[in-house]
Amino acid sequence: MDVKEQIKEKLAAKILEWQEPSAKRIYLTLNKEDAFEAAKLLFKDLGFRFSTASATHTSLGFEIIYHFSFDKTGEIYSIRVFIEDQKHPEIDSLAPLFPGAEWIEREIWEMLGINFKGHPNLKRLLLADDWPQDNYPLRQNHES
Amino acid sequence: MSHKVIVPIGPYHPLQEEPEFFQLYVEGEKVVDIDIIIGYNHRGIEKLSESKHFDQVAFLVERICGICSSSHPYAYVLAVEDILGGEASLVPERARYIRTIIDELQRIHSHLLWLGLAGHFIGYNTVWMWAWKYREPVLDCFEMITGNRNNYAMLKVGGVRRDIKEEDIPLLKKMLDELLPAVDMFKGAVMDDPVIQARLKGIGVLTKRQVVDWCVVGPTARASGVNIDVRRDEPYGVYSQLDWNVIIEKDGDVFAKTVVRILELYESIHIIRQCLDKIPKGEIDADIKEVPPGEGIGRVEAPRGECFHYIKSDGTNRPLRHKIRAPSYMNVASNKVGAVGGTISDATITLAAVDPCYCCTERVAVINKPENKKIMNGWDLIKLSQEKTRDMQERYYGRSK
Repeated sequence: MDVKEQIKEKLAAKILEWQEPSAKRIYLTLNKEDAFEAAKLLFKDLGFRFSTASATHTSLGFEIIYHFSFDKTGEIYSIRVFIEDQKHPEIDSLAPLFPGAEWIEREIWEMLGINFKGHPNLKRLLLADDWPQDNYPLRQNHES
Repeated sequence: MSHKVIVPIGPYHPLQEEPEFFQLYVEGEKVVDIDIIIGYNHRGIEKLSESKHFDQVAFLVERICGICSSSHPYAYVLAVEDILGGEASLVPERARYIRTIIDELQRIHSHLLWLGLAGHFIGYNTVWMWAWKYREPVLDCFEMITGNRNNYAMLKVGGVRRDIKEEDIPLLKKMLDELLPAVDMFKGAVMDDPVIQARLKGIGVLTKRQVVDWCVVGPTARASGVNIDVRRDEPYGVYSQLDWNVIIEKDGDVFAKTVVRILELYESIHIIRQCLDKIPKGEIDADIKEVPPGEGIGRVEAPRGECFHYIKSDGTNRPLRHKIRAPSYMNVASNKVGAVGGTISDATITLAAVDPCYCCTERVAVINKPENKKIMNGWDLIKLSQEKTRDMQERYYGRSK
């Protein structure tokens, strides 16, 4: 059974949407509560490599996409979650699962103000120490 | 009772282009913990990219790094071409050959640059001078093809901006023919030298498990026996039509990382030679006018590892979101495990062995007690590393070199 079928079987009803817009690109939309479990399945059980995560602020809320690379086939499985809470966006951290997620979560936290629950070391990565609090440069309403 | 000393390294160093700040916690000579502080060079390129149109972004991302300055635009155009249907179906074959040639020429000059710096850090200044001497003809070829020694401005969505002239091909071949004996020399000088072996083996070891957990990429991962290479795993350009090998070493130490990079020089030369023989005639640009709404991911094997770009387009002429992840982002973080447990005289070469855009040792303060602060400059730290090599040389050869 290839990984695609295993993911479909293991995550089953948790997959809200399954998109394959181009060759070797698979996007799965999940509830944000299921992201940790899905990441665990991909990284720990199926041997995926975590490439990075990208977060976007839209008028509907925050979108985080975790990009996992499956190097045996060259495919990228991207787990997409939405956080609708604009005031206190929050999601479980993947850093306890594997330390490779630490930096990117710190970056998303400081750039977009999304809190990662359970992150071992949530402090600024790129922004200067004197950057004002509650000022998130990658939010849509940010005044530069 | 152990006495913990903090040794800050960084943040500015003129040798390499990206400032990082390492705070080493040492007990005696041993590094027991490390804090990595980055962000000194954060230029907000992701945000800036949202205000440029698709054609301009290629120039913008080219400026992320001066060494792998075609990797970022290449990953970017692949991401946009992913939205448009993929590089293979979109881009003319000649353009894909030219892209591959540029990508590999860049790998050669980047690996030679690293080899020189590594030689300098451990006190082999001859390796430094020679590596950079043999890097010059590669840059000359870049100048000949693209007009620039760095920041080539060759990549554009749908093709390349300049053709390689027929009369330049023999000159490129001649450069490669002359480079090969130099790589042979480096291979002999590094791999057969007992002092370099003693100095670099067992230093800065990353185990396979650590590489997987820290999501390390590129030659740093391949030196620990992790078999990944975007060029093979998800071929772009014309890599799938060429004959070449992925170089894997098992030990995960600085020596293995050096060997991987030296052997990759042979592969790069081999790849470019095949490209120059096979390159077909034809168009070099598909003339893309518009980018439809959608999202795309592009990635290339930069000299340091997987370079990852994500583009979200809403149908306007600008990206809605552009996420960039350079390979050093993953590799530098792994110093947290790579440098810990080693000695402070090995720290320079260990931190440099992942080939980060590393830029750190300009000012060093060795703090013994809060009131007793000694400021050394970056040269002192390199000297510490070089002295260790000299000690080893004396032990081997019984005399000072």
